[in-house]
Amino acid sequence: MLDSLRGAVEAGLLYALMALGVYITFRILDFPDLTVDGSFTTGAAVGATMTIAGIPPWLSLLGAFICGGLAGVCTGLLHTKGKINGLLSGIIMMIALYSINLRILGKPNVSIRGEANIFQTESSQFWIGGILVVSVVVLLLLFFKTDFGLSLRGTGDNNRMIRSFGANTDMSIILGVGLSNALVACSGALVAFSQKSANNLMGIGMIVIGLASVIIGEAILGARTVWRALIAVVLGAIIYRIIYALALRVPGFDSQDMKLITAVIIVGALVIPTIRRSLKEKSVGKKRTEQVLASLGNDKAGGAR
Amino acid sequence: MLKIESVSKLFNPGTVDEKIALLNGNLHLKAGDFVTVIGSNGAGKSTLMNIISGVMKPDAGKVWIDGYDVSLLPEHKRSRWIGRVFQDPMAGTAPRMTIEENLAIAYKRGKTRGLGFGVNSKIRSIFRQELSRLGIGLENRLGAKVGLLSGGERQALSLLMATFTRPQILLLDEHTAALDPARAELVTSLTETIVRELKLTTLMVTHNMEQAIRLGNRLIMMDKGKVILQVDESRKDHLTVEQLLGEFEAISGKKMADDRVVLG
Repeated sequence: MLDSLRGAVEAGLLYALMALGVYITFRILDFPDLTVDGSFTTGAAVGATMTIAGIPPWLSLLGAFICGGLAGVCTGLLHTKGKINGLLSGIIMMIALYSINLRILGKPNVSIRGEANIFQTESSQFWIGGILVVSVVVLLLLFFKTDFGLSLRGTGDNNRMIRSFGANTDMSIILGVGLSNALVACSGALVAFSQKSANNLMGIGMIVIGLASVIIGEAILGARTVWRALIAVVLGAIIYRIIYALALRVPGFDSQDMKLITAVIIVGALVIPTIRRSLKEKSVGKKRTEQVLASLGNDKAGGAR
Repeated sequence: MLKIESVSKLFNPGTVDEKIALLNGNLHLKAGDFVTVIGSNGAGKSTLMNIISGVMKPDAGKVWIDGYDVSLLPEHKRSRWIGRVFQDPMAGTAPRMTIEENLAIAYKRGKTRGLGFGVNSKIRSIFRQELSRLGIGLENRLGAKVGLLSGGERQALSLLMATFTRPQILLLDEHTAALDPARAELVTSLTETIVRELKLTTLMVTHNMEQAIRLGNRLIMMDKGKVILQVDESRKDHLTVEQLLGEFEAISGKKMADDRVVLG
């Protein structure tokens, strides 16, 4: 039990980078980017292939970061310069990446067992994952306070306004989606290192998991400030993995039910806060109505006397 | 300072829905001019604003700012010269960002946005000082989300953001129309003060006749995509709303029709 919990936290840390990427597009840029399913695998494929070619794992991770970034930049270009609908640009890149990923991997499944690895010992996954996630969160936090970071946030918040102040919103979207997918690809490469293999289907459904993490995190911590939102996303990614691990322990469920469990978790994260809010409003409203009525009743009684 | 030369703009050209928004429009603003623009519905006032700011490209004609031909420049490049306040109080500010973050975005008008921090203690004190000019206490709420401000406060902030970097040209597109009378009066008087103090060349669209006469040194009237009347400084001083409406009827042969028109 404790072992699977630890495994869930470790996996959560690796997937947190992907969730942070999804947060940048969905929440900061307000751009529904579906490239993620493709770029996650791209990261894994590049990381694995470079490592097999004898390149040090850390450099392979950097390679994954760059390739994911390029994929995101392509999506951004399709949307801004090609004037293609945002959802469609992501879908187009996702399907294009499917073939590209197969080309990079050379075959559907590549093992890196026995190769050099970022995670050399059992415990290193927790520490390295943790340090990476913390540094990425701190860097993003600082980045979103810079002039360029502010214009990125402004682009998602009110692009008409920010254009009137001279920010190039096309550039913000292209680079923002690029940064997002670079993080996603990093996450993919780390997962490949952790599983000691990469396959061309490992990214399927990633966007949904990323969104689930963002939504769970926001449901728990809220998103009032950027740092709070960033921490919420990381927390959401870890909690998603924990729920998932727990669900798998329920008798009758096994790993083929994973997508269904994911869907149920998301529905839960979306619906529970809404129900809670409306219940709270109802009860507060009822209480206040009674109070108001009571105070009116007192006045009347006073007047009649 | 601002020159518009035989500018035309059609919507849906070549279709049954074709609509002439601007027809061979000419306008010349000298540095320091404060021109108010009035006109009936669909007269082309907003199109004129959009063409100057680069939101729309004209089908014919040229726009010059400060001696540069900017006709081909996209909106975000023209904004180096142009400050703009929209009618919708929600349009000029970013609601999920704080007051100081909004100001930081405005502060970088026309400059490259790099990886330096948008707000530091020196910039913050500039913001505080600028905000105190509005006199509505925003200087003590730098960290507040702009989405929490009222419409009037947001519009006052938009006005400050559009002007405090001293753009060459200020475009005001019915920027008090969506506010209640008291707030509208506040924003109008702020506009007057700021334009006078910073000597901004200003073009202001308004549906308030009284305001159009009271503010600024020149007035133009538009109808069906054309400038039909220009009133200069000497005549504008003793113009009345009745005279203005009379002029409109005499020239266009119809009554002024604007569902939101306020006679003052």
